[in-house]
Amino acid sequence: MTRNPQTGLLDRGLWRIDGDVVGILLLAALLVIVLPLGLDIFRLNMVGKYLTYAFVALGLVLCWGSAGILSLGQGIFFGIGGYCMAMFLKLEASSPEATKIQSTPGIPDFMDWNQLTALPWFWEPFHSLTFSIVAVVAVPALLAFIVGLAMFKRRVGGVYFAIITQAFAAILTILIVGQQGYTGGINGITDLRTLKGWDIRTDEAKLVLYFVNAALLIGCILLCLTVRRSKLGRILVALRDKEDRVRFSGYDVANFKIFVFCFAAALSAVGGAMFTLQVGFMSPSFVGIVPSIEMVIYCAVGGRLSLLGAVYGTLLVNWAKTMLSESFPELWLFAMGALFIGVVMVFPNGLAGLYQQYIAPRLRRPFVGRAKMPAAAAPIIPPHTAAD
Amino acid sequence: MFEGYSLAELGSIFAMQGFAGLILFSVFVLMALGLAIIFGQMGVINMAHGEFMILGAYVTYLCSNFISSTAPALFPAYFFIAMILAFVASGALGMLVEWGMIRFLYRRPLDTLLATWGLSLILQQVFRSVFGAREVGVVLPDWLMGSVAVTDTIEVPINGLFVMALTMGITAVIYAVMFRSRWGQGVRAVMQNRTMAGAVGINTEKVDRYTFGLGCGIAGVAGSAFTMVGSTGPTSGQLYIVDTFLVVVFGGAQSLVGTIASAFTISQAQSTMEFFLSGSTAKVLTLLTVVVILMLRPQGLFVLKVRR
Repeated sequence: MTRNPQTGLLDRGLWRIDGDVVGILLLAALLVIVLPLGLDIFRLNMVGKYLTYAFVALGLVLCWGSAGILSLGQGIFFGIGGYCMAMFLKLEASSPEATKIQSTPGIPDFMDWNQLTALPWFWEPFHSLTFSIVAVVAVPALLAFIVGLAMFKRRVGGVYFAIITQAFAAILTILIVGQQGYTGGINGITDLRTLKGWDIRTDEAKLVLYFVNAALLIGCILLCLTVRRSKLGRILVALRDKEDRVRFSGYDVANFKIFVFCFAAALSAVGGAMFTLQVGFMSPSFVGIVPSIEMVIYCAVGGRLSLLGAVYGTLLVNWAKTMLSESFPELWLFAMGALFIGVVMVFPNGLAGLYQQYIAPRLRRPFVGRAKMPAAAAPIIPPHTAAD
Repeated sequence: MFEGYSLAELGSIFAMQGFAGLILFSVFVLMALGLAIIFGQMGVINMAHGEFMILGAYVTYLCSNFISSTAPALFPAYFFIAMILAFVASGALGMLVEWGMIRFLYRRPLDTLLATWGLSLILQQVFRSVFGAREVGVVLPDWLMGSVAVTDTIEVPINGLFVMALTMGITAVIYAVMFRSRWGQGVRAVMQNRTMAGAVGINTEKVDRYTFGLGCGIAGVAGSAFTMVGSTGPTSGQLYIVDTFLVVVFGGAQSLVGTIASAFTISQAQSTMEFFLSGSTAKVLTLLTVVVILMLRPQGLFVLKVRR
């Protein structure tokens, strides 16, 4: 390890061990040891469900926090990932023996209800688990690539990008709800039973899936951390703060934006697939405009610049949502609205910002003995310039 | 999709659907005008715009109930009173919101989007707590009921005609205010060059507040007109907000003519296709076309050339 002569800080190696890594280890301990010991399987499954949203929040930290691209359509990718998984599980659940009372055995029940007599062509490949798993990541990434290519190459950004992604979320919801015979309509794809013969509805299966989910999440956090620490991550921050200057330095800004948008989409899709596995269904209510914006608030509450903050923010908001809607359903929308306004106006860096400002200096003092904060406590609000 | 219809029938279908589209067009225009002023002129994304509209609709509903119970003689004309009250209520709330929230966020357009979304959630819950989750409708006075038969096969409803006339009237007023009055000149000056406008003595903060209030007030009038053609529920506003934003962006954010042209295109396309395809397919096709065109031409249909 060498010190950087300008800043006096330790050189920013890709794999250095520091506060972030310690934080990830603490989170891992919480998810893998504390929560499974402290919660019954029903609550643990619920936490598992919340954690699937954390994948979306991680994607948003990179896309929105680091690169300044606010996508209001992350539900699209969450949904597509979830639907890809659900299609595989549904096909397995509708074997000809299991569905022999239908007029056309061997196709999913909702298709039979909608007078379809054969499996649509785009459902066929989902008989294969390998294809489905590849599709979970590839289809959303491809969609994000097309949208990103069209938008960022033409230098559309900021507010316009947000509105257009939102329009896509609306389009996809209407499409899914309207094409009932092909997608299961407003109810979504329900009644999922087994994964390669393994019943996913039992308590043991839920426990196993919870651990798989937690491990995947930790893996994704590490991946995001690597991206943020690499040169790529610093270019993303640079193009957020002074896009023109990055462009004049010879970088093709659009390619970086497309990459980070695709990356965020793939992360969301992994979350969606894990959601389907743990909760046992997928429906358009996780795709549209409202859930997509809610996913942004998970990230914003945790702190749009902090990967770990996003995970804690997701857990906190969802926990509060469950608690409030169980006991005071009327209050939930007020709380949610207040959260949106508060997080924007009062604490724009979310929980992570509060932690950096008030708790971290006290924690650090006994160990480091130096008041100077490392670069992690950096910018307060990304200075968004006018959107044009 | 055209087989099975004779040419005359097709003509009537197009005319009727075209008229249905014109009603949708009126609602779009009224909502989009307010949004175009706020978004196009001020650069603020107001996601609570739909709720300001619904506030206007509820004011109209209250007004209709109040007048029919206390002063039935005034009932045929209640709509005009309601419209003014709706404008005042939404406009006042808009100015309050600008003062309490928006003015701190002018430099962060994405953050206004999130904050106003929060505001819209709160307003929705307020509507639900006050008026209940059920949709409410107003009783139309007699002179707005019924329809006019243009030919044997074509009939147009009177309330639709009235809403359209209203839309044209309001559009004319807004045009006059924005482009023919001294106040509108001040608004445009502030939006084009804030520093210079301040330097020549325009109180820019005051202009901001009144502009935002005007935009919200027009949304209230839109809500008032909306009660003529549909029923009002706490979340009705949310149904229109994305469409309206697309209308404004598609038209070119700073151009009122563009807003009207794009509202016309989108509503006509949607309602004509709705007859032949299912409603959801028509909507998907319309939105998809708009989004694709926007990707090819991000600045929208009409561009206001401003030297910056």
